[in-house]
Amino acid sequence: MKLTIKAASYFFSGFLVLAFMGAITCFAQIDHNITPYTKTMTSNIHGITGRAYGDGQMRPDVGVQLFRRYCVGCHGPQGNGEGENASWIDPKPRDFTVATFECRSTPTGTLPTDEDLFDSITRGFVTTNMPSWKALTVQDRADLIAMVKSFSPRWEKDKPGTPITIPPEPALTIESILRGRQNFDKLQCWKCHGPEGHGDGPSASTLTNDKGDPIRPYNFSTGTRFKCGATNQDLYRIFMTGLDGTPMPSFADVVKPDEAWDLVHFLRTLQVSLKTPELALFRKWVAAHPGQLKPIGQEQAP
Amino acid sequence: MILRSLLDRKSNSYSLAGSFLICVALIVVVLLTDTQPAYTLPVYNVKAIPAFARKYGLPCSACHTAWPELNYFGMAFRDRGYQLGNDRDSPIWQNPSYWPVTARMTPMWHRESTDQQITDTATNAKVTQAGFDLSGMDLWMAGTLYKNISFSLLPSSDETGAFHFENAFVRFDNLAGSQWLNLKFGHFELDNLISEKRFLFLSANGGLYQNFHFIPVGDVNNFGIGDNQTGIELAGHDANSYTRYSISLLSSTDGGVGFQDSGGNNTTGRSYDWYFTFTKGFPTGNLGVQRIQPFFYYGNRPTIFNQTVGGDVIPATGTGNKSFYRAGFQGDLFLGKFEVLPFFQHSNDNVYLANGIPANQAITAGMQNAIWNGGFIETHYYWSPQLVFLQRWEIVRMSQQGLTTTPGTQGNIDAYSFGYRWYPIMFSRAGLAWHNEYSIVKSIGIVPLSGNGSGSPPITPTTPVWSSSLIFGFDFDF
Repeated sequence: MKLTIKAASYFFSGFLVLAFMGAITCFAQIDHNITPYTKTMTSNIHGITGRAYGDGQMRPDVGVQLFRRYCVGCHGPQGNGEGENASWIDPKPRDFTVATFECRSTPTGTLPTDEDLFDSITRGFVTTNMPSWKALTVQDRADLIAMVKSFSPRWEKDKPGTPITIPPEPALTIESILRGRQNFDKLQCWKCHGPEGHGDGPSASTLTNDKGDPIRPYNFSTGTRFKCGATNQDLYRIFMTGLDGTPMPSFADVVKPDEAWDLVHFLRTLQVSLKTPELALFRKWVAAHPGQLKPIGQEQAP
Repeated sequence: MILRSLLDRKSNSYSLAGSFLICVALIVVVLLTDTQPAYTLPVYNVKAIPAFARKYGLPCSACHTAWPELNYFGMAFRDRGYQLGNDRDSPIWQNPSYWPVTARMTPMWHRESTDQQITDTATNAKVTQAGFDLSGMDLWMAGTLYKNISFSLLPSSDETGAFHFENAFVRFDNLAGSQWLNLKFGHFELDNLISEKRFLFLSANGGLYQNFHFIPVGDVNNFGIGDNQTGIELAGHDANSYTRYSISLLSSTDGGVGFQDSGGNNTTGRSYDWYFTFTKGFPTGNLGVQRIQPFFYYGNRPTIFNQTVGGDVIPATGTGNKSFYRAGFQGDLFLGKFEVLPFFQHSNDNVYLANGIPANQAITAGMQNAIWNGGFIETHYYWSPQLVFLQRWEIVRMSQQGLTTTPGTQGNIDAYSFGYRWYPIMFSRAGLAWHNEYSIVKSIGIVPLSGNGSGSPPITPTTPVWSSSLIFGFDFDF
């Protein structure tokens, strides 16, 4: 191609100007240097394999790019929950380097299954900054799970726990609710969650998580769903596995399955903002038996 | 391979040298292909809302493939009424000082050129302009008034600072507890899967979809499917927004205010238009989600304007409505990092609209409906969340002119644009993009749509007019 002097001047001046502007842009660039513990972690969701980094074949570095796109602002490039936005968030983002997760189907102290992490990403966490990522494809979410697992050496050393067995839910009866109410009192759930389930028990203001950050107990009266699910099975699972990293322990060793279901039925009566069948049954019984219920937490009061 | 070799990837970031080289290499390519030059400064209407990033702490890339274009998550967020659904969406949860406002503008250098222009000295002059410049400005407020009540208010200016309301609406979300029932009321963008308000092109020629605004020669219809309209919309979606629908009832003013049309003319009536869309997304494993959207717009425009005051037509008193429609499909297809946006539209304007004839007058020989087809294929390649390459090829073809004596090709358009956007700064507070784009349009016998009104049609109706734009600038949004 023959360049005329005019064309050459266009080219040269354009080159100079754009080079200058491009250089400014380059020097202004913000990079996220994502540094996982390992780059070999994978996940398996219903037969779909998720990868944090490329498999050297068709797929590029998927999980890490998705993490960079969606997660790095809160969870940080090291996955330690110290992203640029973390200081403004309450509760704080999860620290993936310690591999401690609240929502699991596995016993307390164990790693969650890939499905547990998939459910968490899909569901999001109510009353936190973690949204539901259901709009992402299953493959994307599987890749992100592999990325989450890449930040902690624990995933290389330990295997996920065995999911607990949830027996079928027994029929709802007023006797079950009343037994659950007694257990709520006996197990001192009210000390954190409050006698009415408002999250205002006497210990509520002193609670912190494993990182020392203040943490609020769940307020049953306003919540439309729980942090780790919305069904009765989810509720059963929460107090049988505990929420690791928080003051909410596992009651698997002190509560039998039937007692756990009783507790589930009673806790549903605390959700006064919802029209649950448990609440309707309980209110009907209370109206027919005035003054027969002993206030929760009364004996322990000074 | 050449581009890849220019990049020095380490720890998922690009080295300064690699980034610099890719800037320069692409710019040189653009310069070398700048064979046809253009001339006007567009008013950009593309949108992104860092106010949401600040509210939720998410980076731009969480909701945008490359801002302002929405990704899967951003579409779902918008469909839910600017809510994440984690019971923290209502403003009562925000710091009282939080103000959901964002400002966007683009300082730039651009070069515009159009040939076949009638000037004082020639009838086929090539007019070329270039220099540093500003775009218009958006000052957008959007969010939730309360749980399940969302809003948007967008005063937007042209480059001189003259403001208009690009959109203003209130939306009642999740009526009766159902995500399938959401009611929007006000002035808003039509539910187009390919949004001209959120696309990635900025130049005078490339910064609009020709198909969204094209009107044949002699046609008095003012409708553009890319114009924001005024009315109500009933819409719904499933949990991940893969399946969606929208039904809109709109005043036949093309989004004008004060009962005037969008051009500020009084020639309006009291009729209403309808717009129907249905969107379905199909997850396809590694490739991503493939979305398709058939659409149908049916409208009327008045042709008789008898009621006047002092000779001026009284707005919204026009009668003699004549119909038109637009039908077609849009798509948003992914092949991993490669995105394909196909669009096709069939258009038909009634003979009275096509020829500007009042409905109470007889049609003369040679007059007929104006019919045309058009479409485009736009592709994006997302090298990373911070670098995207763009190109688009678009055509408009007249199928039947309003007058049989009009040359069959008059109005035909061919347009091509390409460029890239690089986001050196993308975090949860603001965004900055380095934008470089080249666009060229051939339109036969008409003023290029990119013109600001000062352009002129060529001296003969079969003469092609070439118009081109070269732009580079900093697109920032805070």
